Amino acid sequence: MALPMEYNSIQRISGPLLFVEGISNVGFNELVEIRSEGGIMRRGRVLEITKDIAAVEIFEGTTGLSTTQTSVRFLGRPLTIPLSMEMLGRVFNGLGEPMDGGPPPFTEDYRDVNGLPMNPFSRDYPTQFIQTGVSAIDGMDTLVRGQKLPIFSGSGLPHNLLATQVARQATIPGEESSFAVVFAAMGIKHDEAAFFKRSFEESGALKSSAIFLNLADDPPVERLVTPRSALTFAEYLAFERDMHVLVIITDMTNYAEALREISAAREEVPSRKGYPGYMYSDFASIYERAGRIKGKKGSITQMPVLTMPNDDITHPIPDLTGYITEGQIVLDRDLHRRGIYPPINILPSLSRLMKDGIGKGKTREDHGAVASQLYSAYARSQDLRSLSAIIGEEGLTEKDRAYLKFGDAFEQRFLSQRFDENRDLEATMRLAWKMLSILPEAELTRIADHFVKQYYSRE
Amino acid sequence: MGVMAIQGKISKISGPVVQADGVAGLEMHELTMVGEAELIGEVVRVEGETATIQVYEDTVGLKPGERVTGSGLPLAVELGPGLLMGIYDGIQRPLEVIQKMTGDFIKRGVKSPALSREAKWHFVPVAKKGSKVQGGAVLGTVQETPLFLHKIMVPPRLSGTVKSIAKEGDYLIEDTVAEIETSSGIEELKLYQRWPVREPRPYQERLEPSDPLITGQRIIDTFFPVAKGGAVAIPGGFGTGKTITSHQLAAWSDAEIIVYIGCGERGNEMTEVLLTFPEWKDPKSGRPLMERTVLIANTSNMPVSAREASIYTGVTIAEYFRDMGYNVAIMADSTSRWAEALREISGRLEEMPAEEGFPSYLSSRLGEFYERAGRVRTLNGEYGSVTLIGAVSPPGGDFSEPVTVHTKRFVRAFWALDSSLASQRHYPAINWLTSYSEYVDYVEHWWAPLTGGQWRQKTLRAMEILKREDELKEVIRLVGSEALPEPEKLVMETARLLREGFLQQNAYDPIDTYSSPEKQYKLLTSILAFHESANRAIAAGVPASKISSLPALAELAKLRMSVPSEKISIIDDFMSKLLKEIDALTEEKS
Ligand SMILES: Nc1ncnc2c1ncn2[C@@H]1O[C@H](COP(=O)(O)OP(=O)(O)OP(=O)(O)O)[C@@H](O)[C@H]1O
Ligand SMILES: [Mg+2]
Repeated sequence: MALPMEYNSIQRISGPLLFVEGISNVGFNELVEIRSEGGIMRRGRVLEITKDIAAVEIFEGTTGLSTTQTSVRFLGRPLTIPLSMEMLGRVFNGLGEPMDGGPPPFTEDYRDVNGLPMNPFSRDYPTQFIQTGVSAIDGMDTLVRGQKLPIFSGSGLPHNLLATQVARQATIPGEESSFAVVFAAMGIKHDEAAFFKRSFEESGALKSSAIFLNLADDPPVERLVTPRSALTFAEYLAFERDMHVLVIITDMTNYAEALREISAAREEVPSRKGYPGYMYSDFASIYERAGRIKGKKGSITQMPVLTMPNDDITHPIPDLTGYITEGQIVLDRDLHRRGIYPPINILPSLSRLMKDGIGKGKTREDHGAVASQLYSAYARSQDLRSLSAIIGEEGLTEKDRAYLKFGDAFEQRFLSQRFDENRDLEATMRLAWKMLSILPEAELTRIADHFVKQYYSRE
Repeated sequence: MGVMAIQGKISKISGPVVQADGVAGLEMHELTMVGEAELIGEVVRVEGETATIQVYEDTVGLKPGERVTGSGLPLAVELGPGLLMGIYDGIQRPLEVIQKMTGDFIKRGVKSPALSREAKWHFVPVAKKGSKVQGGAVLGTVQETPLFLHKIMVPPRLSGTVKSIAKEGDYLIEDTVAEIETSSGIEELKLYQRWPVREPRPYQERLEPSDPLITGQRIIDTFFPVAKGGAVAIPGGFGTGKTITSHQLAAWSDAEIIVYIGCGERGNEMTEVLLTFPEWKDPKSGRPLMERTVLIANTSNMPVSAREASIYTGVTIAEYFRDMGYNVAIMADSTSRWAEALREISGRLEEMPAEEGFPSYLSSRLGEFYERAGRVRTLNGEYGSVTLIGAVSPPGGDFSEPVTVHTKRFVRAFWALDSSLASQRHYPAINWLTSYSEYVDYVEHWWAPLTGGQWRQKTLRAMEILKREDELKEVIRLVGSEALPEPEKLVMETARLLREGFLQQNAYDPIDTYSSPEKQYKLLTSILAFHESANRAIAAGVPASKISSLPALAELAKLRMSVPSEKISIIDDFMSKLLKEIDALTEEKS
């Protein structure tokens, strides 16, 4: 094939966008190479195209580009990344290029990072329990293989710690093979990146993981590609190599900021808070790349992390995420301040696929009822906590005081655990019953009597 | 197809929107093939020699200069045997067939007719040779599934004399089953017909709603009913229960046909329907619910413009079944995603935006859509209806946003889902204070025989207690519940029973998931009977706390789960015991 034409006809540059004139035979969404003064190479993609002008979005940003000293080549294919098993154990940038000093992985297989939509008819429903070793998740908001369950966090909260703990500990009880972890980091700080790399190395998990890193000082446009590169690799592992893959994506808030920046540069009509109107569909094109396929062994489970601006759950980033994902794990600043790790507030948290992943033959027969009872007892203890702040603890009945005691114990003993503490489901259930045994037996109305008889025991 | 298809060239590509030059004569809404890959598109604007086309597939790699070909026909659906139990994308491509063609991920440029060309159907003629027929007349029937008799009709706007009619036997969908001699020649009619999705199918006359669509969901049927042929919105923030409510309606409502549209929502939710509906049985016939269901799945990761088309595809299919004289219910989850698709395409067309970037025609499009609901006398003189249930997903759960506000103008029932109820795990999280239904007056007569004409009175009484509870909650917040007078304490107790024993309904409980109208009324009147009797006890001086601590009360709240719809006499026995206990308390005092 002839070498692609080179153009020097840059019409203008605006934000991350470059407009090239006089082009021909250029396709929508095609990959572009941009060479500037001194031979520096950047990459971009075609966002809009008319008979003779193409708008190109530059992944590395446009700083230092001029209209006179820049040349552009259109490569005739969309952005692809190489795929091979050798990529496990390696660190890449958002475009899938090695960042760990090692050689590029050897492969013939390149794949479009945008992927293709999974046929809804091909999907298989997620029903297998994943043990994360974190009581609040396993007990109350169970993660299921093939689910997309995000962590809604706030700035300064330990979401990264929790995400790595889950990545390290996640297993399917009774199955040998553990998870391959594909990690996509967008706009994170250098020390955070160092933390992730170190904890993957220390736990020995690195050899079965791949890291796609876009740092805070890397160009924002590359952030839009990072999760797609990671998911393209995850799909390869899951659906061509039969592996169970856990994909951690952090931080979707940085991703959304990049999306907004580019939308503004394109002078699009914004929707809420300046974010583009297509942010829902754009998010969906990432989150919906989780799941299982009928007749395939592998699966993709997603745990995206986002920080809610001002801890506001109605902000477009958590809001649109919640509309797509199958539940959410919500971290709470107040619990964090009180030194509780992981500071998971179970009340606004929900795993929508939990009901199909627990119970007899999957976790334990009493699991659903116990979770429901813990939930309602904790909700009640929180109400009583605010009431007793007004009328004092003396104004409460004995039963109410038992609930207060339950609430404290639930936070201090059930929720709280160490970063390196891996509780199996039995341990979590044992602890759950210990908590419930603080309440009078008659209060356990959501649990069948024979379970109460079997497990309830006052200390 | 026309003699000379109009052909031009692509001049601009912006996401799913493509401009073509040199296409004078291309019509609005005309179906077009775009590019060498022949992607399917629809004309959305024409200006002189130029047309703007929304493309229903990903436009990656498309280039200016590639050809655009008109089809001479508008975007249309195929209507005939084989629709049921099918799963289609937003422009009626059969997803099961596409999976066989391109694998588990949907590739571009795949084409397949919506209805199978290989399947044979057993046709039984009804029309007689020589008889005069008009649009809507039944030529014959096909038992499509054990649950459903498909009527093969003369397409609207066609009339003439039956020149020949096929004998009873097995036919392919493209076989001619009748010839009609019309004023302009002979028309060969097949087992299927086509109809443009953006044009409502005609009927003789629109009628007032009359009967309720019984859904088996207590709060809906009893307090906020929807009539057959009605339109209702289910707005709610994420995780409040729009999808589960829609699934429940698809599963249990007493329509003959269900059209379920997953419009820009999750893939796994469509899988859930595909897996569970074949297992769930129709309460009347015992047949799998799937046998009366058509699924349209244009999930959030599938092309946005096909999402825009999906609700029209769905409602056109619904109207077709209505025209056979059936009651059809259609769920669109979520109309907000449809509105967002409209917004995205409008943005690409560089139209002037109105509120929050939505085009100024958002409201009229919503109106046109909801207007396609209704009870009608069909062209054939029968009665049929399309009931439309639209989920709305307001950003941040804020009902003052444009889609919710405009939708409210066109629906007559509004089931407001409430995030705080959902977070208390009160399901369905339909807020009884902010929801409404204007269909109550229309359906009251239906309940009369079942309730001795007491339905309205009883539901109003229950609502009164629930409203009072809401007022009292404010008081309690200030002074604590102990300070309430005894009768008000009872109001709180009865309201709790109404909430926990009636309004809440667990979709996953095998008994609770469906409540017959008889069971609904029995539960409601039982709780009210408790209230009246307890009120007498309190007047006689029995403390409210004594009544609240009756062990039987906990059981009363659980009857919804323990008593199946076909065994509601158990409730009578239970109540007579409970009322005796309360009477005993009263007698002790007096
Ligand atoms: N009637 C019900 N019975 C039991 N659980 C319910 C019921 N309705 C809702 N739920 C619970 O609420 C969760 C969320 O419901 P659903 O998926 O219908 O929400 P939604 O409003 O469609 O959310 P989204 O806008 O994100 O799609 C379900 O997974 C289920 O756990
Ligand atoms: Mg939903």
